[in-house]
Amino acid sequence: MVIPEDRQLNIVVAVKLVPDTNADKRIDPQTRRLVRSAAETVLNPFDEYAIEAGLQLKEQLADGSSVTIVTMAPESGKEVVRKALAMGADRAVMLSDPAFAGSDVWATAYVLAAGIRRIGFDLVLTGTQSTDAITGELPGALAEYLGVPGLTYAREIHVAAGRVRVKRETDTGYQTLSAPLPALASITKSAAEPRFASLKGIMAAKKKEIAVLRLADLEIAQAVGGDGAKLEVTELTASPARAAGKTVTAADGNAGARTIVAFLKERNLL
Amino acid sequence: MNFDLSGDQQAIQDLCREFARDVVAPQAEALDREAEFPYAIVRQMAGLGLFGLPFPEKYGGAGADTVSYALAVMELARIDASVAITLAAHVSLGASPFYLFGTEAQKAEYLVPLARGEQLWGFGLTEPGAGSDAGATQTRAELRAGQWVINGTKAFITNSGTDLTGGTTITAVTGTDAAGRSEISNIIVPQATPGFTRSKKYNKMGWRASDTRELSFADAAVPEGNLLGVRGRGLKQFLQILDGGRISVAALSVGLAWGAYDEALKYAKARIAFGQPIAKFQAIQFKLADMRMEIEHARVMVMKAAWEKDEGRDFALTASLAKLYSGEVSRRVVNEAVQIHGGYGFMDEYPVSRMYRDQKINEIGEGTNEIQRLVIARLMGL
Ligand SMILES: Cc1cc2nc3c(=O)[nH]c(=O)nc-3n(C[C@H](O)[C@H](O)[C@H](O)COP(=O)(O)OP(=O)(O)OC[C@H]3O[C@@H](n4cnc5c(N)ncnc54)[C@H](O)[C@@H]3O)c2cc1C
Repeated sequence: MVIPEDRQLNIVVAVKLVPDTNADKRIDPQTRRLVRSAAETVLNPFDEYAIEAGLQLKEQLADGSSVTIVTMAPESGKEVVRKALAMGADRAVMLSDPAFAGSDVWATAYVLAAGIRRIGFDLVLTGTQSTDAITGELPGALAEYLGVPGLTYAREIHVAAGRVRVKRETDTGYQTLSAPLPALASITKSAAEPRFASLKGIMAAKKKEIAVLRLADLEIAQAVGGDGAKLEVTELTASPARAAGKTVTAADGNAGARTIVAFLKERNLL
Repeated sequence: MNFDLSGDQQAIQDLCREFARDVVAPQAEALDREAEFPYAIVRQMAGLGLFGLPFPEKYGGAGADTVSYALAVMELARIDASVAITLAAHVSLGASPFYLFGTEAQKAEYLVPLARGEQLWGFGLTEPGAGSDAGATQTRAELRAGQWVINGTKAFITNSGTDLTGGTTITAVTGTDAAGRSEISNIIVPQATPGFTRSKKYNKMGWRASDTRELSFADAAVPEGNLLGVRGRGLKQFLQILDGGRISVAALSVGLAWGAYDEALKYAKARIAFGQPIAKFQAIQFKLADMRMEIEHARVMVMKAAWEKDEGRDFALTASLAKLYSGEVSRRVVNEAVQIHGGYGFMDEYPVSRMYRDQKINEIGEGTNEIQRLVIARLMGL
């Protein structure tokens, strides 16, 4: 499929709803899943960079291209999704069905791909990871299920002439990649800082559509949810409490200074 | 009954919480130390639409409700009271008179740029010799050849002298009524009016980053059309403005108390004494529990007053109760927050020391504690 140059782009940003990192978290020992409460759910902070990148692309193109938010989450997360609309996204689609619960990253990517195909897309944007599961695997898996090139870890993104071009940061320098649309790109935190939702945006978001798609609305040909998960969490243990640190104060004088220098040298920090 | 915030109220609270944490907090200490007006922050707030929060869209506002406005002020005050009062004084005192009493032409000329945050505006009621006794206004405005010629002085006027300020609306004696009492009216005085000057910023104990100045009028002449509202009703109109202002000052007090409590809670968990975090001592736990209780109480009062205003009910009594109570709560809470910090609380690096200084005005501005009690007693029919 070749996308004509003058065609308005359907930018779809996949986001995840995650527990607020500032809130106290509790894990259900039976299911080994996080206990999720609506009040403490937020947009995955990494995904806000993808939303920002999508909005900037839309603003640069200024040709009627649109940004659609997609998330697989229970409907109770509707108001959280609305924040993305308040930032400026045009509409949102929630993939909500009890059958999706318990999906691992592969099952999630599969459901998201089904939803995104249903919405229609030219460019899919994601964050690089979520603050709760931190696998970082979703962008790759999603590109695979969508059957499109996956340009991961982009710090800059441009669209022109039916192609997407990204600048990626590697350990040794920068890479510039380009691929034909449709494609997927994951956006890093070195891209533009996400904007605040303005008052105008917040008030306008009230009137924007948040559609809900269920299992039956999607073309799903394999097991999803817990049944479709390949990963199983077999055990959860709290990390061991950290040993008490060493305290050096001004009263320790030169000996104290030597202790600090030795400590830093030991760790190759000096 | 429903204590849940609506979706947009929640979103506005979240926005202001994040903005205060990410943008304001890193600058708060320096702005206070240097007594520097927070221009960059104010411009960003304007861009977000905060300065027009409760005004209708057709006047450049966002069309949000009073509950959202109180939440916004609260979240900002939790981090920086100077920024919070800059917003609260602008919305409740600077812009509201145009919204409530302005003609459509005055709304278009003055309210729209204020709601968009392109300009700030002052509210000039207090004078060196007329504070609580606001009716003792000495400033005079004489109608001569189609112009109000103003002479007098105003004291302690917030947002009156920033680079963004467009002017101040004042109370002035415009004549005497049949019974020989002063007839007081509201006059709009743009910044560029010849004969209208502003002093340097006062050097203040708290709210140091906010802009407070003395205003002088020496034959300052403005067109007759700069009368705001009804001639002779200037004091009544301004007192009505203060009724609404009390909700935001109460929100400011709750926010300040909450911010001090946040700091105290964090500190109590981290500070070790006698081999354990001081939060493990029952004496400290009880202080924190009392702080939490009083903040919750004050917050509910503020929300109720804001809700009554949104419902179009008479909110004057609740607003006054909330203003008085929150101001006193903020005093008790900041005091205990410093106490929990020990000597560190007395040091400028710790936000509680600034909050302690910022607190006192909560019991003085927009009607002192004593005046609130008078207002409340009057509304009780005494
Ligand atoms: C930082 C700051 C910003 C301000 N911003 C503005 C502004 O933007 N616009 C504006 O118009 N004003 C503003 N003010 C003025 C403020 O509203 C007044 O300071 C306040 O109303 C008190 O007036 P006063 O200072 O004249 O005190 P006074 O009225 O002289 O009061 C002195 C004391 O006497 C008490 N008292 C007075 N009358 C009575 C009574 N009848 N019964 C019992 N006790 C009484 C008072 O409660 C107080 O304790 C600001 C003040 C400050 C400090």
